[in-house]
Amino acid sequence: MKPHSDPETYYRHLSRLMITTVIIVSLIPMLLVGGVIYYQFHVSYKEKVYDHLGELIRKHKQNIDAFLKEKLADIRFLASTCGIEELNRKAVLEERLDGLREEYGTIFEDLGVVNAQGRQVAYAGPFKLDDADYGEADWFKKAIGSSHFISDVFMGLRGYPHFIVATRYTVDGSPWLLRATINFTAFNSLVENIRIGRTGFAYILNRDGEFQTEPAFRTKLSREEYAQFFIRKASIPQQDGIHIHEEMGGRGGKSLFVGAFLKDGDWLMVYQQKTSDAFSDLHQAQGMAVLMAFLGALGIVSTATIYTRQMIGRIAQADRDKELMNKQVIETGKLASIGQLAAGIAHEINNPVAIMVEEAGWIEDLLEEEEFKEGKNLDEFQRALRQINTQGRRCKEITHKLLSFARKTDSRAQEVNVNELIQELVDLSSQRSRYSNVTINTRLAPNLPVLKASQTEVQQVLLNLMNNALDAMEKEGGTLDIATRREKEHLLIKMADSGPGIPAANLERIFEPFFTTKSVGKGTGLGLSICYGIVKKMGGEITVESAVGKGTTFDVRIPMEEASA
Amino acid sequence: MTSSPDGGEQKTGKDRIRLLIMDDETAYVDVLANRLRKRGIDATKSFSGTEAIQTLRKQDFDVALLDLKMEDMDGIEVLKIFKKMDPNLEVLMITGHGSEEAAKQGIEAGAFDYLTKPCELSLLVEKIVKAHKARKRA
Repeated sequence: MKPHSDPETYYRHLSRLMITTVIIVSLIPMLLVGGVIYYQFHVSYKEKVYDHLGELIRKHKQNIDAFLKEKLADIRFLASTCGIEELNRKAVLEERLDGLREEYGTIFEDLGVVNAQGRQVAYAGPFKLDDADYGEADWFKKAIGSSHFISDVFMGLRGYPHFIVATRYTVDGSPWLLRATINFTAFNSLVENIRIGRTGFAYILNRDGEFQTEPAFRTKLSREEYAQFFIRKASIPQQDGIHIHEEMGGRGGKSLFVGAFLKDGDWLMVYQQKTSDAFSDLHQAQGMAVLMAFLGALGIVSTATIYTRQMIGRIAQADRDKELMNKQVIETGKLASIGQLAAGIAHEINNPVAIMVEEAGWIEDLLEEEEFKEGKNLDEFQRALRQINTQGRRCKEITHKLLSFARKTDSRAQEVNVNELIQELVDLSSQRSRYSNVTINTRLAPNLPVLKASQTEVQQVLLNLMNNALDAMEKEGGTLDIATRREKEHLLIKMADSGPGIPAANLERIFEPFFTTKSVGKGTGLGLSICYGIVKKMGGEITVESAVGKGTTFDVRIPMEEASA
Repeated sequence: MTSSPDGGEQKTGKDRIRLLIMDDETAYVDVLANRLRKRGIDATKSFSGTEAIQTLRKQDFDVALLDLKMEDMDGIEVLKIFKKMDPNLEVLMITGHGSEEAAKQGIEAGAFDYLTKPCELSLLVEKIVKAHKARKRA
């Protein structure tokens, strides 16, 4: 583990780093590929829509141009096939009109012959326009100046929209005009029928920006925008004279404008559709793609987060385990080195103690002789020598315990029946427990396998724990519960007393050699460290739980061998 | 001290147990020899393996008491040499507490018994007498 002041900060940092890395590594390629596809699709779809609309408008433009040319051709044909004398006669004109109507329906509204002064000398049609004077009319001025002419849509004398197709012919050096009125409705339907989607519609404008057909929706094409088409026509000559551009138009939303010039650039056919409508399929697909990308990203982020959290949790757990293990290793090492030291000391002390005890015994021997029998301090001498003997024995016990702790005692493995052993020990302690008013309860699991261990060692451990418990409850009395049971591959011995408990500060040091809370001379502080050493040597563990006022529980776990099960 | 009627009253040199004590802790050997003599055991002191072997060459003994841990020679080695020199000699070993493994080796090598140090004198005397009886039987 990196040295870090606060492990929480470290794990948070690690977690952030991992999440960020995973997200970046997985998101960036996804977004990159997705973005490229998105863009390519957008561009090609747009191109497709533009092509489609351009094609559509070109077709209609050709249609309308053909329509106008055809009508003009009809008039010219009429003018060239009949003489002016013929046409000046109303009856002939009416006959010709009927013929045209028979051919084309009500497209031709009327026919008229106009002289160079603008007077209509002959007329055939539903209105009373005989002798009508067009001398001042705009269309007349233009028509008289060219061999043929198609006017803008205007209201004229009759008061409703129409337009005029005229051809000029010369008789005896003076020009005449044969004119025909084209029914607006018939013409309008040519454009009106161009409808695509919900908002796609078409209309025709003249050079002044006036509507030549009736638009299906209101449009706010300004003069400037309209002028743009004409400017573009000059600057950027487009294929087939089709212009496509997007602009703000309609109600707030962007609109697509497709423009095409008709009538040699006099008229402009405009197809207008809201962009959102024109590209609705694209937008839908794009929306779906964005949504999927978003969900994907969300998936990646949440997966990365969840898995990283789990992983960090495991790492933290592993770190904690490692630290705990290190602590245990250090603890064990500490105990082992103290044990070695203790064993060395014990050995060294044994000899002087033995000599002292023997010398005291020698003095005792000598005191037996006659010359000392009468000594007045004989009793006192003997008492002092007994004391030396007693203390020598005590030294011996201490050194023996130290050496046990250093695990140099008899450690031959035998078959040990723990339940039997406990029962024996309980029986042994019954006198003492009765005296201290302690009740011993046993809950021993039947059919426990025998342990392969040193009988004396197991006995030492159990006796030590039991004696400690009894010592703890000596004054107040209480209960000692001893239980055995199988716990996976371990045999668990639980010893719980209802004594005064061990304060937390002492609990930490409880297995340390020479740590004791008993009064001087009563305990060596080696009992539990010996137990610890023995249990460790058997590959087991000994743990303690205690709370002041509630009692203390020791758990001893000793591994069972498979074969003995 | 319990054995004093058995050993203490023996005055004649013939029946006294001849014991060779070997330990490099001279003070221990001294006091032990004094106390054992008082209990009628004819104790001879030696303070090293070589000295003990030399002594055994000059003299016969019934029982030998060997310290297993000595500076010049391993007690087990001395034991083996003793047994070679006098197969009838019974050997008792004194070991430090916790050195039972070594004591077991000694018994395998032909020692009669072992004691841990420090030990009760009465127990020591008891074992010496037992060893002596075993030798007599042999």
